[in-house]
Amino acid sequence: MNFPLEILNNVSTANPWIYLVFGVIGFGFGYALEMSGFGNSKKLSAQFYLRDLTVLKVMFTAIVVAMVLTFGAVGLGLLNFNLVYVNPTYLSSGILGGFIMGIGFILGGFCPGTSVVSASTGKIDGMVFLAGGFFGAFLFGETERFFTNWWNTSGYFGRVTLMDVFGVDTGVVVVGVVLMALFMFWGAEQLEAIFGKRDLSKEPKLRPVGAAALFSVAVVVLLLGTPTLEQKWMRLAPVKEPLLAAREVQVTPAEVYTTMFDNKLITVLVDVRTEAEYNLYHINGAINIPAAQIATVLPDLQARYSPRTVYILMSNDETAATEAWKVLTAGAIANVYILEGGINNWLTFFGNDDPEIVPLTSILDDDQLRFTFPAALGARYRSAYPDPQKYEELEFEPKIKLQLQRDKSGGGCG
Amino acid sequence: MTTVSKPARKGFDIKALFNRPQKNYVHPYFGGLVLGVVLFLSLFLTGNGLGASGAVSRLDTAIIDLIAPQHVDQTPYLLKLAGGDKNPLDDWTVVIFFGALIGGFTSGLINGRFKFEINKGPQISNRTRLMMAFIGGTIFVYGARMARGCTSGQALTGGATLSAGSWAIMFAIFGGAYLLAYFVRKLWL
Repeated sequence: MNFPLEILNNVSTANPWIYLVFGVIGFGFGYALEMSGFGNSKKLSAQFYLRDLTVLKVMFTAIVVAMVLTFGAVGLGLLNFNLVYVNPTYLSSGILGGFIMGIGFILGGFCPGTSVVSASTGKIDGMVFLAGGFFGAFLFGETERFFTNWWNTSGYFGRVTLMDVFGVDTGVVVVGVVLMALFMFWGAEQLEAIFGKRDLSKEPKLRPVGAAALFSVAVVVLLLGTPTLEQKWMRLAPVKEPLLAAREVQVTPAEVYTTMFDNKLITVLVDVRTEAEYNLYHINGAINIPAAQIATVLPDLQARYSPRTVYILMSNDETAATEAWKVLTAGAIANVYILEGGINNWLTFFGNDDPEIVPLTSILDDDQLRFTFPAALGARYRSAYPDPQKYEELEFEPKIKLQLQRDKSGGGCG
Repeated sequence: MTTVSKPARKGFDIKALFNRPQKNYVHPYFGGLVLGVVLFLSLFLTGNGLGASGAVSRLDTAIIDLIAPQHVDQTPYLLKLAGGDKNPLDDWTVVIFFGALIGGFTSGLINGRFKFEINKGPQISNRTRLMMAFIGGTIFVYGARMARGCTSGQALTGGATLSAGSWAIMFAIFGGAYLLAYFVRKLWL
């Protein structure tokens, strides 16, 4: 089984039980917040006067626990991290918004999640905070138009993790964050002893054991490492290999051509041949990413995810395109197809337009160009952009089915 | 758990349910462990984390959509949530929101902490506390929308998935609160 579960992507009334899954998660969320004391504004605000650092302890324990479990599952190959929502980085609006939140926190005594459990346990100040929150969300919706450009573009870096920022492996960051958290817990307890007059000798004796356990799991995550694309493909192969064998993802030139004119779709033609072959001849609008480099564009494709994008991979025949398909599939890119028979088949189908492109008579190896060209004209051959009027009514059995991979528009707070 | 109804009484005693002896909060590290496991399960099963402020803005938008649907279609931010036939409430964050409401209520009830009261510092009146709660809530969620997530959606979820932006936001939240804390100490101390 591959996690996260694909079926949970489409929250809709068609699958009412999905609501139940999220409802149970929400229940656990509210229960955990309340039992930690987050329904009480006095306990929350005490954090900022260094008397009771419960907020910091609970939050950072939750973060490191969820982190080691998540990346442990990634390392074991159970969880596909590319399908886990990572909040995109908008540095400017994020930092300004964060400061504003901090001001709201110390004035109001809550954050939205904690005000929910506060309100539900009868605390009037929690209810009023929540009411204020509704007004704040309303105000944002009404004022966003005045700075929409700044809000949507300023400091935008896309899906960036701390691993990308520091250029180190996931395990290193995981161990680092755990060590930082343990140091903060130690510091928080010292501060509580000084400012909150807490007697540390009454704290549970199991704490060092917990700290050691946490640290060990982090080290295990470091040792596991992150699965390579090859390992990811090996795991997906039992499900995805049959699609290749049944030729469900190989799309005829006729369908590719028709799809290019479908305004509902964003069709991205990816030519994975060498630059020389691409320069010799390519379909109009195709971009050139040589097969060897396809893995390097994965982060970019993931960041630009749109549910309407269809990728069509092509090589001279199908071999290189199929390998590229495996890479993109392992990288959790949705809606990837292969041009059936590659450029050779395209030229067989549309090549009548270009009498100067001559088929070779000798039999060549697989995935070689079977045509000779008078010049390297790229997409300036007629068959590279066949006449839409001439080919208006092409017949084919449609294979492209849009698959909604994940609604990335909203993460925790969309 | 102790039984809530006395043997002499017949039926379910709702009053006793709300008058259970008040228990202490769990130890912060244990609470964090439970919260962390919930967050992990959410990421593991659904690929999404936890959130609260998104639902607030969606519930808002639903109300605006009822009163003035044209206004929704003319406001770019609202359009994304509820343009055309889109139902702003058909989203997992809304389900999490109501789940959290019930979860918090349940925990409060079981542990005898359900009580109508106002928590505040000793130096201010109830009125001041409620006023500041409203202003604080307004400011907080305004900032949360700007940062595309609050303490749960950004700091907690993004913190666990190691999102660079979320870590910046987390420090900004704590920074903002600590900077202002001294000047508003009358509210709490």
